[in-house]
Amino acid sequence: MRATVTVMLKQGVLDPQGEAVRHALGALGFDGVEGVRQGKVIELDLADGTSEDTVKAMCDKLLANTVIESYSISMG
Amino acid sequence: MKAAVIVFPGSNCDRDLAVAFRKAGFSVDMVWHKDPTLPEGVDIVGIPGGFSFGDYLRCGAIAGQSPVMQAVAAHVNRGGYALGICNGFQVLCETGLLPGALMRNAGLKFICRMQTLRVETTNSVFTQSYAEGQQIEIPLAHHDGNYVTDAEGLAALKAEDRVAFRYVGNPNGATDDIAGVLSDNRRVLGMMPHPERVIDASHGGTDGWAMFTGLTQALVAA
Repeated sequence: MRATVTVMLKQGVLDPQGEAVRHALGALGFDGVEGVRQGKVIELDLADGTSEDTVKAMCDKLLANTVIESYSISMG
Repeated sequence: MKAAVIVFPGSNCDRDLAVAFRKAGFSVDMVWHKDPTLPEGVDIVGIPGGFSFGDYLRCGAIAGQSPVMQAVAAHVNRGGYALGICNGFQVLCETGLLPGALMRNAGLKFICRMQTLRVETTNSVFTQSYAEGQQIEIPLAHHDGNYVTDAEGLAALKAEDRVAFRYVGNPNGATDDIAGVLSDNRRVLGMMPHPERVIDASHGGTDGWAMFTGLTQALVAA
């Protein structure tokens, strides 16, 4: 089975990389891009029966830094 | 007086930090990250700069989970001293031994140059040999030194006089110009600039030396 973890900077935390991407899109002529936030996607191949709670523990302990990041988990 | 310097795969300031400790009169043990214990009788743990585990996932994240960090946490929790510089500061934040987090520099560039800092408190063994408000020149070498803490965390750091150093001219977007912070018991310091690189005039400066002499004085007196 597979779990997909999406890690994003929390709302309110400035994202300098996202801002740089937004500026670059503007420079390429893509108007109207009002915000860009960059995060990461982590795919986990897991033994069958692994619970979402276990994946949540992985996120809290290592995959995300919850001081600045939030995460969401998609199982299956 | 005994110091332990932790070595991770990718540490690159570990020997510099050991040289600084030795010059200040410490005996130094280098401790590999897989060691589950620290040597007997260690007074201070140094967590050096570098790129532990290639900065994979987040700077300091993998190092923060290494076996030796549990021993470091136990050392800190019984009142031991610890000094984390650059990547070492990132590791201490990742383990929760210091508050906040270090993000990518606001200008997105790696910064490698001398930086003026202001000493904000002399109430710690690390800063007691400086004068409050003193400006010192310490080199920077980081890509992720943008210190972030929320409003509540910042208020606590200020109320408890735990901001050790601020940048004079913010190089990386750090919250409130913060370059280094102390733990609540004032025995753990994390900072992005590299004091261990300026302890010898032939290397371009000596403004970092007072940190190590301060440590020596404090630990001899203790």
